[in-house]
Amino acid sequence: MNTVRELLIILIGSSLVSNVVLSQFLGLCPFLGVSKRTGTASGMGAAVIFVITISSAVAGAIYQFILVPLHMEYMQTIVFILVIAALVQFVEMFLKKKLVRLYEALGVYLPLITTNCAVLGVALTNVTKGYGILYGVVNGFATAVGFTISIVLLASIREKLEYNDIPKPLKGMPIVLITAGLMAIAFCGFSGLI
Amino acid sequence: MSKCLERLYNGILKENPTLVLMLGMCPTLAVTTSAINGLGMGLTTTVVLALSNMIISALRKVIPDKIRIPAFIVIIASFVTMMQLLLQAYIPELYKALGIYIPLIVVNCIILGRAESYAYKNPVLPSLFDGIGMGLGFTLALTIIGLLREFIGGCSAFGYELNLFTPVAIFKMAPGAFFVLALLTAIQNQVKIVGEKKGRDMSRIQSGCGADCMNCNVEGCGDRKVEAASAENNESNENNVTEVSGLKETETSGSVETAGGTEDQTAQEAVSEEGAE
Repeated sequence: MNTVRELLIILIGSSLVSNVVLSQFLGLCPFLGVSKRTGTASGMGAAVIFVITISSAVAGAIYQFILVPLHMEYMQTIVFILVIAALVQFVEMFLKKKLVRLYEALGVYLPLITTNCAVLGVALTNVTKGYGILYGVVNGFATAVGFTISIVLLASIREKLEYNDIPKPLKGMPIVLITAGLMAIAFCGFSGLI
Repeated sequence: MSKCLERLYNGILKENPTLVLMLGMCPTLAVTTSAINGLGMGLTTTVVLALSNMIISALRKVIPDKIRIPAFIVIIASFVTMMQLLLQAYIPELYKALGIYIPLIVVNCIILGRAESYAYKNPVLPSLFDGIGMGLGFTLALTIIGLLREFIGGCSAFGYELNLFTPVAIFKMAPGAFFVLALLTAIQNQVKIVGEKKGRDMSRIQSGCGADCMNCNVEGCGDRKVEAASAENNESNENNVTEVSGLKETETSGSVETAGGTEDQTAQEAVSEEGAE
């Protein structure tokens, strides 16, 4: 029962309280870049959930079964980044051959997140916080869900923003950043949750 | 020697990676809660950037073209790990303050961008100075943003209390980072608008890239032909899709060349939208 409770805390903590984009600033590039349409944003979110969940499992396993026994923990950054980059390529190839439906849904987004800093960030956070493989996977999944929530919210706001009269210098990136800032304030409200 | 000085000037002012090119936004927003943190992050990145530029430039004839990106990543990651260990040993306070953002220097687009666009094509000495220049430009920008946030959010500068007004604490927290960056991009837009009115070429200034850096194959991020590419895309969206999938097949692991030379955020967006439907 205790494990379930801890997992729930991780789930809520990583997805809402310390949201990966709005409070940790990881994965900011796709957050700002691929958030013009809700459809695109949710596709990107789904691909991120998929990749981060798998990569945190693989990175956790490699850390626990290869790096720790060999006392090579200091190699984690190099190993993780290469493993993640290779993994995404393999996942893409696998989906293309075996799961064509899923590939059609997520395929175009996969190369966009090959080594998005959120993916590496989650792998490293799992190690720093001392999460095992199970906790790491849950943390990865929750982080990615947080990413999806915020990118879909931002995209739906941006769709409305298009019809508004925005001062000229604020057009484009600045107004999006202000929106993101307001969203970050809203997400601060979750901090009392845990 | 003049070429080296030109690289320094280019990096610090003309093509400042943060203020002009808008690259490496994640660390820019995350660690600039105070001027000291910004300075520390900037200098760490400078060291990594200069050394990796130097080594990549020295090895540019040895590294095969097809696997250059994974090779760059290994070189960069090695230097990042070294810096991480050095900081942990000698400046533990900074190590604690920067936390996870030190290993994440690996995925900072400025470093990979410079390796790809400058160091891989130029001799060792100019590459070294290019790295130092870009790094110092990054440091300058981070320190200014950090100082701004520290001053408004905590009413202090470089850790000294000033007690001039009641601090607006939100600027030290996450939302403040977005607001400060919004302000910077707005200023940038304004400069661009004014410059274009006077008939100057302002294509160098970019407001945020938005694409994933590691997948971005755009020349140095400095000469992106946004307009040309987007016009091209509107005409031939279908061509793009086939082009992208064609490129994907030739990809080596870790090498990420989906975005072809002229493609950029808009292209990727167009492709993504098609895929979503």
